[in-house]
Amino acid sequence: MSERRIVFRAVRIVDPASGRDETTDVAIEAQRITAVGPDAMTAGASVVDADGLVLGPGLVDMHTHLREPGFEHKETVETGTRAAAAGGFTAVAPMANTDPVADNAAVIHEVRDLAATAGLCDVFPVGAITRGLAGEEMAELGEMVEAGVRLFSDDGRCVPDARVLRNALTYAKAFEDVVLAEHCEDAALAESGQMHEGLHSYSLGLAGQPREAEEVIVARDLAIARLTGGRLHLCHLSSAGSIEMVRRAKAEGLRVTAEVTPHHLVFSDEDLITYDTNFKVNPPLRSPEDREALRTAVVDGTIDAVATDHAPHAVEEKEAEFDRSPPGTIGLETALAAILTHLVEPGRISLSRAVEAMSVRPARILGAAEHGGPLEPGRPANLVVFDPSAEWTVEAPFVSRSRNSAFLGSKLRGRVLYTMLRGDLVVADGKPQR
Amino acid sequence: MNRHLLSIHDVSAVDIVRILDTAESFREVGTRVIKKVPALRGRTIVNLFYENSTRTRISFELAAKRLSADVINFTTSGTSVSKGESLKDTALTLQAMGADAIVIRHSSSGAPFTLTKWVKGSVLNAGDGTHEHPTQALLDMYTMRERLGKIEGLRVAIVGDVLHSRVARSLSFGLVKMGAEVTLVGPPTLIPPEAPSWGVQVSYDIDGVLPKLDVCYMLRVQRERQRQQYFPSVREYSRLFGLTNARVGMLPEGSLIMHPGPMNRGVEIDSDVADLPQSVIEEQVTNGIAVRMSLLYLLLGGTGVEEASADV
Repeated sequence: MSERRIVFRAVRIVDPASGRDETTDVAIEAQRITAVGPDAMTAGASVVDADGLVLGPGLVDMHTHLREPGFEHKETVETGTRAAAAGGFTAVAPMANTDPVADNAAVIHEVRDLAATAGLCDVFPVGAITRGLAGEEMAELGEMVEAGVRLFSDDGRCVPDARVLRNALTYAKAFEDVVLAEHCEDAALAESGQMHEGLHSYSLGLAGQPREAEEVIVARDLAIARLTGGRLHLCHLSSAGSIEMVRRAKAEGLRVTAEVTPHHLVFSDEDLITYDTNFKVNPPLRSPEDREALRTAVVDGTIDAVATDHAPHAVEEKEAEFDRSPPGTIGLETALAAILTHLVEPGRISLSRAVEAMSVRPARILGAAEHGGPLEPGRPANLVVFDPSAEWTVEAPFVSRSRNSAFLGSKLRGRVLYTMLRGDLVVADGKPQR
Repeated sequence: MNRHLLSIHDVSAVDIVRILDTAESFREVGTRVIKKVPALRGRTIVNLFYENSTRTRISFELAAKRLSADVINFTTSGTSVSKGESLKDTALTLQAMGADAIVIRHSSSGAPFTLTKWVKGSVLNAGDGTHEHPTQALLDMYTMRERLGKIEGLRVAIVGDVLHSRVARSLSFGLVKMGAEVTLVGPPTLIPPEAPSWGVQVSYDIDGVLPKLDVCYMLRVQRERQRQQYFPSVREYSRLFGLTNARVGMLPEGSLIMHPGPMNRGVEIDSDVADLPQSVIEEQVTNGIAVRMSLLYLLLGGTGVEEASADV
């Protein structure tokens, strides 16, 4: 199939890496882009009339939970990468909190092999910073770097001991382009918190998690980044105060990047008033004012990347009492439409900025050289083609094995029609091809 | 009225008056030799108690039985729940058995909301986690109205662990809805900082509040809050926020002392204070049955009140 020649005709190509945003033709052959321009027609090629559609570099999710090994009842590498492809992603970075934990090269290889067998989406496994995610001893980062890991994180929690983080950030400087990512949450302040602490937590009687639980760790981690000169990435920021600190740190020249999830950009703590566990996420959905600060940070570039934190959980786990339900929402299949609907459509960001935050920037941070464009002849054909005006309502079933989506019932605009991984149409006409 | 009573927000001020008036007509039933009316004959009411609460369960059980309903008590120890059955499966089972109403007590805030997704009958919240306890608030308002003749304009202090109290939430929201002036009193660690948005006042000084009250409502303080460092010691809590013998004289004549029970005598309330004539704690219990009869009757759409209060 990958040997097929395909031409997307009259498509709007949005390629922030080259600065190109125009309507033209794009030809693909033998895994690569062969031509971009009005004369890109190739004899014998299948032609997709893409009038009104947008073609960009395949999306890249730098924060995904594929749950395998260990939690295959929630998701597997195969089902998760199929969901990713359906959402327009050609690369995802699955987090290390599997069982066994991805704190050694063997697990990294296993996950990557499973993904290669499925052949739906590239995976860039994230390695644990500490052994067993216990926060005490550094994992063998070097061994995992040799296995191809560029991003390390104890996601699910932060590295609680400042000295351990200091040493890890310092040690990681031995390796080129290695990034340590932190889930910023002070365990004592956040303890048993079910939602954002504020107006709604107090009237719903749910234990609150104050935004300061995130902010004290953001402040600490930025100080340690300054101390070490290490390369730090901050996961799924949720509070206005965190954004302000990152803005200052970037102005100061610290080597820091940050991400935000679509659900934190779209929802707020007001959405929890019916105790719907699909809105129970970590960090929690915060106030509308925090959400506005997050949106502004995507606009002005304080936030580098939109990342899904796709967190599948089985129905019986989520259909429980609120305080017994695990936090998390799936997000791979709704991320693009959420950003198009809530940021591009109202004119907050351009389509190009959206593609930059969902593909170019995360690809650079991950060191995923074949992803994120530029879309030029000779480059690997890792692409997404979507209809930016198609409206749809989010409904189960999903391509993901799970259906715990905060977006269930939401009306969104923007639908992925084709996802191409090295010239192979893994999604066509909006449907996964295998 | 709504089909369910999940929160005091489910009832309007008009509904509350109707509930209390209906309770009034049912209260007399409890004074009869044969304490029973046929209003809910043939209806099935399940008491689904995930938390031990003898007084609330018995109160609901008596209320249902006095209305001639069939009552099933489903407690969680020694049942399918202790074998790991989920709330959903328990709900579907009760639904399949034809429960007309489920009275649920649960340690998780919001559990009654979750339950409504799976059952067709009415759901009554008998206390969920640290969220709400609406029937307690209604019986408390009934007691205030009965003793003081009105609710509107009453000056009520709710004293203690407001942060973790489902009673304080329901009662605050209910009293504000009925036009009372509510002041929450306690150590700052146990008063939600957002409480003023509920339309209540906040004070950390009980002595400044007591002389201006019609009702002093004391909340139970759990000793484990000290271990969680909300206050330094039970002794200090009692000294600063307890309704002590020394302090009770500051209350105006004719004011009421209330407590949802069970009391910690000597902690939030001195033993002698609890037994004063102005303390209406036992009346609260008695009124609880009438108010719960009223709620079950109104939610389940029983027959007319006159017929309902007729003898069996």
